[in-house]
Amino acid sequence: MNRRLSIVDFRLGGPFNRQTKIDDRKFLSPSTCHLPPEFLMCRPTYYTIAYEINPWMSLKRQANPSKAMRQWQALYDLLTKTLGLRVRLLSPKPGVPDLIFTANAGLMHGCWFILSHFRHPQRQREVPVIERYARRMGWRIKRLPRNFHFEGEGDALWMGQTLVFGFRFRSDAPVHERLSRLLGVSVLPLELVDRRFYHLDTCFCPLSSTSALWFPKAFDRYGRKVIERLVSDLIPVSEADAIRFACNAIVVGRAVVLQQGISRSLQRALTHRGLELYPLDLTEFLKAGGSAKCLALRLE
Amino acid sequence: MASEIVQLSGHIIDSLILPKVLDEIMDLAGTFEILDITIGKRKTDPSRVRLCVEASSPGKLQIILKRIARLGATPVRVQEVVLRRAVKDGVFPSGFYSTTNIPTDIYFRGRWRAVGRIEMDCGILVSAHTAQAQCIPLARVRKGNGIVCGSSGLRVHPLERSRQAQVFQFMGSAVSPEKPKAYLIQRIAHQMRVVQAANQKILVVAGPAVIHTGAGAYLERLIKAGFVNVLFAGNGFATHDIESALYGTSLGVHLARGIPQKDGHDHHMRAINTIRSLGGIRQAVRRGLLTRGVMHACVTHRASFVLAGSIRDDGPLPDVITDMLEAQDAMRRHIPHVGMALMVASTLHAIATGNLLPATVKTICVDINPAVVTKLADRGTFQGIGIVCDSASFLRELILALHL
Repeated sequence: MNRRLSIVDFRLGGPFNRQTKIDDRKFLSPSTCHLPPEFLMCRPTYYTIAYEINPWMSLKRQANPSKAMRQWQALYDLLTKTLGLRVRLLSPKPGVPDLIFTANAGLMHGCWFILSHFRHPQRQREVPVIERYARRMGWRIKRLPRNFHFEGEGDALWMGQTLVFGFRFRSDAPVHERLSRLLGVSVLPLELVDRRFYHLDTCFCPLSSTSALWFPKAFDRYGRKVIERLVSDLIPVSEADAIRFACNAIVVGRAVVLQQGISRSLQRALTHRGLELYPLDLTEFLKAGGSAKCLALRLE
Repeated sequence: MASEIVQLSGHIIDSLILPKVLDEIMDLAGTFEILDITIGKRKTDPSRVRLCVEASSPGKLQIILKRIARLGATPVRVQEVVLRRAVKDGVFPSGFYSTTNIPTDIYFRGRWRAVGRIEMDCGILVSAHTAQAQCIPLARVRKGNGIVCGSSGLRVHPLERSRQAQVFQFMGSAVSPEKPKAYLIQRIAHQMRVVQAANQKILVVAGPAVIHTGAGAYLERLIKAGFVNVLFAGNGFATHDIESALYGTSLGVHLARGIPQKDGHDHHMRAINTIRSLGGIRQAVRRGLLTRGVMHACVTHRASFVLAGSIRDDGPLPDVITDMLEAQDAMRRHIPHVGMALMVASTLHAIATGNLLPATVKTICVDINPAVVTKLADRGTFQGIGIVCDSASFLRELILALHL
């Protein structure tokens, strides 16, 4: 086992070690294990910019396939070898380039998998692939009503016992009530107001049950107030860091995996809190509006 | 005003979604009313709220609804109204919806439709061809008519209450003779001008006491000045008015001198006989026999009148409608576009008219007996204001307030 595993402190608060007593008949039962989380990733074999569905995507600014593969491999190696985490792999499929952003595939909770219903038809093609994989893995699939959109972990992040839910550009507000009913937890819906930060995981990143990174301008005054009330230790990121997708980080215990090139002040703010940073070059994925967090779905 | 009921649920309190929705509505110049709200007891419990959103036009309402839909506020799914066929003439199907006098809409064939000629204690007839809805009294229903049953797909519009001090804010208050009448009458005069300017009709319901007390002349002046468009009365009122026009007496009492005239007790019978011999009031005016009085002013100044009979009417005058259902229908024909109703010294006709009027009509009931005014309100005409006053004093003050 890698010696760095010691820095991954699983005693920190997080959804994977909650021990909430929940009536199994009413709610999806949450995991009560204390094991390190697993992740789901998808090799970028067919990754390309095939359409424009967010302000970052441009058909004129194509991704470099070999560079993208190298960057992805570096992330995979970091998670599996350096941090010693288990990463499952979803087989890539031609024609669905954004399948690599597995965080948008759904939301895993215990043995239940809440399947996404993408807003854009281009991404809706990913759903059968994800569903097939989920069935093969024996996950219990839950679907949300078809008249509402939901883009998985991209818009739903755990903050302690509360699920923070971003809506407007991709997911729809009424979904939050259904999620709350399914999971038996408090779900706080927040409206996103900046198209560049179209998913919640591009502008908000829980670091522990009490601290989080965020880009305040991505929320309106109501959303800002709710986050300020919910999170006691908020680390705001500058616009320059936000557009480098600093908030799109994978957090496992004290380890934070994120895009390289963030400001020194933000690095200081994170290390000052005892967090260990693992910066990676993921610029090829920024071209599609994603970074570290988007490339890995947390499986509990 | 356009309105829609929307529903919002989930964790709408902690997430400030509810205050945000309410702010959005107000920012877009709309108004709202919280119809009901359920707050979750535990942190994980969802809260639920139903709002009635109002805007000045359907276009503005759509803008608001579109905006708040993004926040999860969606229009409440409305069920279609239930229609059942009447199985017999004059009989509603069982479970029929009994109307109020408050403006009502039905949800039929995918949209809200206003119920025409709203009147209390009726049914709602819906035409299958035109999809129009209107109130229908029990006696007028015909076998096969589509009648609204149950209460789904129905909504009533509560009357708006003005935030400014207005004379009609007195509605619902206890009837008392100790009210500042001069002020009230000034406000009523003002309201009459407002109604007239809005091209709405003013309806007067008068009892025979108006003539007995010598106030007929004031009413005549109101009619001649165009402040009365419709007059509802009974056989007694018209008879005594004509008696006073022909003989100068009312029930045999000389109106100018206030003393009984010798053999005056039969004047009203002679008056009725004269009009009957001529064929009616209009004919008497045309022949030049009836040259003054309230009924004369109605004919010459084109104020419509409906005279409805009652049990043991003397005569009655040929213009009096003795079939009660016909009389009701005749009165109903004059109700549309009435903006104000003035009921003076009449009990039965005032209550009957009150039952025919929609609640949107400003109603004033003047009577010397407080019980009459109370009775009107108790029978459902809650929008009325009552003035306990002698009819002659009231009408004289009103004439002065209108500068006639």
